[in-house]
Amino acid sequence: MNGKFGFAHTRNGIALPARDVPELPLPDFRHAVIEAAANGDRVAALFGHVNPAASGLEVYAIISDSLNARLHVGKARLESDRYPALTPDCPQVHLFERELAEQYGVRPEGHPWFKPVRFHASYRPGQDAWSRPEGSAPVVGVTDFYRVEGEQIHEVAVGPVHAGIIEPGHFRFQCHGEQVYHLEISLGYQHRGAERSLAGGPHRRTIHTLETVAGDTSVGHTTAYCLAVEALAGGHLSARAEVLRGVALELERLANHTGDLGALAGDVAFLPTAAYCGRLRGDFLNLTAFLCGSRFGRGLVRPGGVGFDLEEGRQAQFLERLEAAERDVTVAAELLWDSASVQARFEGTGTVSPKDCLELGLVGPAARACGVECDVRQDFPWGVFRFVQIPVSSWDTGDVFSRAYVRWLEIQRSVEFIRAQLQSLPGGSLRRALGPLRAGHLAVSLVEGWRGEICHVALTDEQGRIARYKIVDPSFHNWSGLAMALRNQQISDFPLCNKSFNLSYCGFDL
Amino acid sequence: MEAFVIGALHMLTAIVFPPLMLGVIGKTKAVFAGRVGPPVMQPYRDLIKLCRKGSVISETTTWVFQAGPVVGLATVLTALLLIPLGSSFAPVSFTGDLILLAYLLGLGRFFTAVAALDTGSAFEGMGAAREVTFACLAEPALFLGLLVLAKLSGSLQLGVMLGDSLTTHWATAGASLALVLLSWFIVLLVENCRVPFDDPNTHLELTMIHEVMVLDHSGPAFAMILYGASLKLFAFSALVLRLMLPMGGGPAWLDWPIFLGGLLLVAVVIGVVESTMARLKLTHVPTLLVAACLLSAFGLVLIAR
Repeated sequence: MNGKFGFAHTRNGIALPARDVPELPLPDFRHAVIEAAANGDRVAALFGHVNPAASGLEVYAIISDSLNARLHVGKARLESDRYPALTPDCPQVHLFERELAEQYGVRPEGHPWFKPVRFHASYRPGQDAWSRPEGSAPVVGVTDFYRVEGEQIHEVAVGPVHAGIIEPGHFRFQCHGEQVYHLEISLGYQHRGAERSLAGGPHRRTIHTLETVAGDTSVGHTTAYCLAVEALAGGHLSARAEVLRGVALELERLANHTGDLGALAGDVAFLPTAAYCGRLRGDFLNLTAFLCGSRFGRGLVRPGGVGFDLEEGRQAQFLERLEAAERDVTVAAELLWDSASVQARFEGTGTVSPKDCLELGLVGPAARACGVECDVRQDFPWGVFRFVQIPVSSWDTGDVFSRAYVRWLEIQRSVEFIRAQLQSLPGGSLRRALGPLRAGHLAVSLVEGWRGEICHVALTDEQGRIARYKIVDPSFHNWSGLAMALRNQQISDFPLCNKSFNLSYCGFDL
Repeated sequence: MEAFVIGALHMLTAIVFPPLMLGVIGKTKAVFAGRVGPPVMQPYRDLIKLCRKGSVISETTTWVFQAGPVVGLATVLTALLLIPLGSSFAPVSFTGDLILLAYLLGLGRFFTAVAALDTGSAFEGMGAAREVTFACLAEPALFLGLLVLAKLSGSLQLGVMLGDSLTTHWATAGASLALVLLSWFIVLLVENCRVPFDDPNTHLELTMIHEVMVLDHSGPAFAMILYGASLKLFAFSALVLRLMLPMGGGPAWLDWPIFLGGLLLVAVVIGVVESTMARLKLTHVPTLLVAACLLSAFGLVLIAR
């Protein structure tokens, strides 16, 4: 049973008994995670869990090994309130360790950037990593910001209230003239306790919480949740339900990528593409509404299947509207690539090196734009993607152009996928009733949302209820990528770089 | 009597017409984007709306902050007295008036920048720094162009330099004037924060140049700023247009309609530029401004045999 590094292994969407997850002594656990990251595997999740039946804090690590499509799961037990940090040897867990410290009050000693993540009180009363008095509510955004000092250095603070209608987040720039030496991003304004509200479930609110973890990734997060509970309950979906879920996921990708291309054009004041893509994003959202009645795919993906069908009679109309939107988006995108003034702004702006990308563990289009070929649809296929492969779209310059172009490549692949699937939609029932969740099991589900890898981990207790539910939104990994992209850039290019990542605040804040 | 009528016509045009140009630019951009767009009279409505609003004035500011919009508007209004519009001469015209014109605009800019610095905001300080840096490069381009005209006309009076003698100069020194025209069009775009130098529509504070300087102004003060900006656009368009279409030779009833039509055409051209081009990277703006200076300088070299 034991695989690499003494960890247990499983696959995407396959549950394993919690007792099979090996408990390693802390030094071995640290060694395993550091080794895995050094060998090119990714840390998909690292989280704590207080097991009422045992003492101390259990720390789980999920290592994703994309070469073998395997997920390695292991845990360690922390009895003390401090442990030697992993981050100095494995930078990609830096935020996971801060999160762990904030939630459970354990201090990773030697963490180079030890600050709160979401500014909430510890889950374990009386145990606080920053020794704040018990009962005091931390104020979001109040922390020691990194400062550069010297003559002609100035600090620019942006947010949490922004000029546009966007989510709240605080950005602190250390500048020398127009040049940014360092950007620090401080979030947490939208922390609403999504993970903790899922414990004890599934209950009636669970699915709605999942649909709104990140409002623009409803299908992605709901699919990941359904994969996890279906793994825990056992049983298979019909082929039709699998395909419809895949179509919805790709529609979500199409709408958001198209919107992003338009927003990027808008940021450089390139009017035609900005105007067209704004409308076309709406066309793709309306296609999702045509499928299920909600522009954001709410109510479509449900445990055991899907809530809505695309009947024979409506398929032709759906395809017709898809073709029309594809034609228009092609024109809009080609205008963008053909315009020299746009390319001059995109190329060489906000470059992330492949080394930084791998060390920080970036995911999704942001990683593929650095030439890193990672895509859950190929590496850990689930559902319909086990039978239909979508080629991985990547580009290797790592700049704004690269991130924009990867989106355009993915738009084309997604349209092809949807067209092919709808021309031969398999039969089968839409939704099957799921049995109760198996007690004492753990399931990991990975889904390639439009921003990248969505990782959900569900752990059930002895009554078959959810004891711990861990959500990792792609934004959790990628915000650090944005901070790196801004190093030594012009501060006036920040909005453009930010848009090229287009990360979620609420998906991060949970 | 005739001088009085023309003077009144001059001021009436200069006061009433400018916001219409903004409306035309907006409409042009809307057509390119496939939208209906706001009506061309919208800028007037916006100004009226702002005048009826209250103002918020930060406690950390001094009188400088409130003087900024007033001085900004007053200087550009005075400058408009000096620029010949549809007739040969402006109401105020004397030898060397071009210097007064340039530095009235400079004074307006100075006060806008100082009012921005007065707020103590990081954004506004950044905007002021950018505005002043680019102005340093735009001013020589304007002056080198004026020098070409002074040399050709042998006068230091705007009314003569941009008078009907330009018709003959276009025949004899057309290349020089074409270079100046191009250079001034670039100055027009940068001075009025149009694409590709600035984006008047953006909400992104970090990328703005002019707009970020006036973030803290509201209500009537902001209306003054917007109105002043449209006057400035009108002033530079008038200069460019007078250079392109020498006026004052024909009957007044013909010159004025041609002039106003020409201004709308300039607005359409600006709209087209904004619809087909992306913004420059901020670091590339000085490069283009130096190019504008060089264009005017070459114009001067061509006639300085």
